[in-house]
Amino acid sequence: MSTQIIEEKITFKTQAKEFWEHFSENKGAVVGLGLVLSFVVLALLAPLISPHGASEVFPGMLRLPPIWADGGTTQFLLGTDDLGRDVLSRLIWGAQISLFVGVSIVVISTVTGTLLGLMAGYFGGKVDTVIMRMIDILMAYPSILLAIIVVSVIGPGLTNAIIAVALVNIPSFTRLVRANVLEIKERQFVMAAQTFGAGPWRIMIKEILPNCMATLIVQTTLGLSEGILSTAALGFLGLGVQPPTPEWGIMLSDARPYIQSSPWLVTFPGLCILAVVLGLNLFGDGLRDALDPKLKR
Amino acid sequence: MRKFLKEKILQLIPTLVGISLLSFIVIRLVPGDPVMLMLGERGADPQVYMEMKKNLGLDKPMLEQYAIYMKNAVQGDFGRSLVSKRPVTKEFFDRFPATLELGICAMIFAILIGIPAGVYAATNRNSMPDYLLMGTSLIGYSMPIFWWGLILIIIFSVNLGITPVSGRLDVLFDVPTVTGMLLIDSLNPKVIEMDGLGPFVSALRHLILPTIAMGTIPLAVVARMTRSSVLEVLRAPYIQTAKAKGQSHTKVIWKHAFRNALIPIVTVIGLLFGSIITGAILTETIFSWPGIGKWLVASIHARDYPVIQGGILFIAIMVITINFLVDIIYTYANPKLR
Repeated sequence: MSTQIIEEKITFKTQAKEFWEHFSENKGAVVGLGLVLSFVVLALLAPLISPHGASEVFPGMLRLPPIWADGGTTQFLLGTDDLGRDVLSRLIWGAQISLFVGVSIVVISTVTGTLLGLMAGYFGGKVDTVIMRMIDILMAYPSILLAIIVVSVIGPGLTNAIIAVALVNIPSFTRLVRANVLEIKERQFVMAAQTFGAGPWRIMIKEILPNCMATLIVQTTLGLSEGILSTAALGFLGLGVQPPTPEWGIMLSDARPYIQSSPWLVTFPGLCILAVVLGLNLFGDGLRDALDPKLKR
Repeated sequence: MRKFLKEKILQLIPTLVGISLLSFIVIRLVPGDPVMLMLGERGADPQVYMEMKKNLGLDKPMLEQYAIYMKNAVQGDFGRSLVSKRPVTKEFFDRFPATLELGICAMIFAILIGIPAGVYAATNRNSMPDYLLMGTSLIGYSMPIFWWGLILIIIFSVNLGITPVSGRLDVLFDVPTVTGMLLIDSLNPKVIEMDGLGPFVSALRHLILPTIAMGTIPLAVVARMTRSSVLEVLRAPYIQTAKAKGQSHTKVIWKHAFRNALIPIVTVIGLLFGSIITGAILTETIFSWPGIGKWLVASIHARDYPVIQGGILFIAIMVITINFLVDIIYTYANPKLR
């Protein structure tokens, strides 16, 4: 018994080591991981490290420039916005919003998309046709447009934006999993499970799903970056999360009237979005190369 | 090939029915009474209310509503905009050339830079320029274009003052609409007689920043795709043969490798159409570009449901048609798939 556990530990350790060896070969992926980790840490520690509250207003301190420009103060390292709120604090709290939104979107779209893909691929026939035609319909709409349609029906707001963007992300998961299932279900271990009398759901979840994990994890990272980007775009269009929530997209659209006089208000939120999305894409590329050599470009 | 075509077209039908149903349902899924929503708080006059309901056909049974909607839609009648009171179809086609012009410019920008960059990166694989190009293209690929557009405005319009901030043309010019694409319409002999090349240059200057903003993600995709596609072909034995025959490097790359690498590149360019529409929605909002993207966003804010309904149906049909054509061309160009 105990030797078995030790053996398992060893294989896990060697696997992890092997993975890290492959992964760290790719310098970009390591940079991406660093960006993603600092984003997560920033989001989780927001209450501890943000110098001021996200909605705390400092009267008379409107649109102060960052510390390195003329008129900047140490009290507001990245300046203040048009209502006299600290930009740095809002960015840090914004990381929390983005992380929450991104993870919620990915969880919803991964679970739904994977289930649909498993069913379409495993059952085939009519189930496959119905599911894939539904996915075709979703894919006929350019991503942001579909999210906008959904929001125009259910109204803007944090939860609704999450639902809208999650819906947009479902097709990529479904297609990916379905393609995987079609290949895996012909393998012998699946047939073995079938002969043992395992039910379809047991086979899908216990036998097939674990073999889709590598591609699924990669797609999840990419889905996270897509989700964060789309939510910010919705916020920017005034159709997503609503003010005064410190969301990066809203911060950008709020700053638009001051683009000439206070360009830093526009610069920082966008840089944050770019850094996180870039980090996730680099990380995702590295994961794909390390986990799934077949997909290596 | 014929069987393949038949299968593809058969697959297309449920999708088309689905998108028509979806755009039909949108207006009816709105929580509460859509008529009240459209009329706003002040429009609660019962007579106006009934009239509106009748005009929208919302007083009939659901199935009949769908039948009427489809019958009108097939004839190109999508109702009237609640804001401008003009037919939705007309509104759409008035704005479409502006989006098309911007989209074409963005694609040309992406292709003209993306393909040479991709070929260069592939032929100089794992060199410094390759890393630099691919790093830049990944940044471009991750770019929030609504921010990128604003940054371009800050740099080129606010600080350098070399490009206009918004719109399509300086107000002092008047170009009569022929195609709706200003780069073409401004070359109309009558316009040139009146203002010379002024309107053309003005239209071109207005196009620069939106083109870059909208073309950045397609540029990144084209560059990456070109690189991997050319790399794939360069491994093929016939490239070795061509080299062994003593052909020049340029000739091997452009005549042998590039031509065969072109199929996946062209496919990707075709499939980028959907992201062009997404780009249009954001780019047009930033640059006040009077196209369908800005129109749709404004309609959603104004709860102009007939416009939303018609607009999304037009766009979905366009995307499906283009993807279908890309599929056909791809299969046709690649004998292995036939």
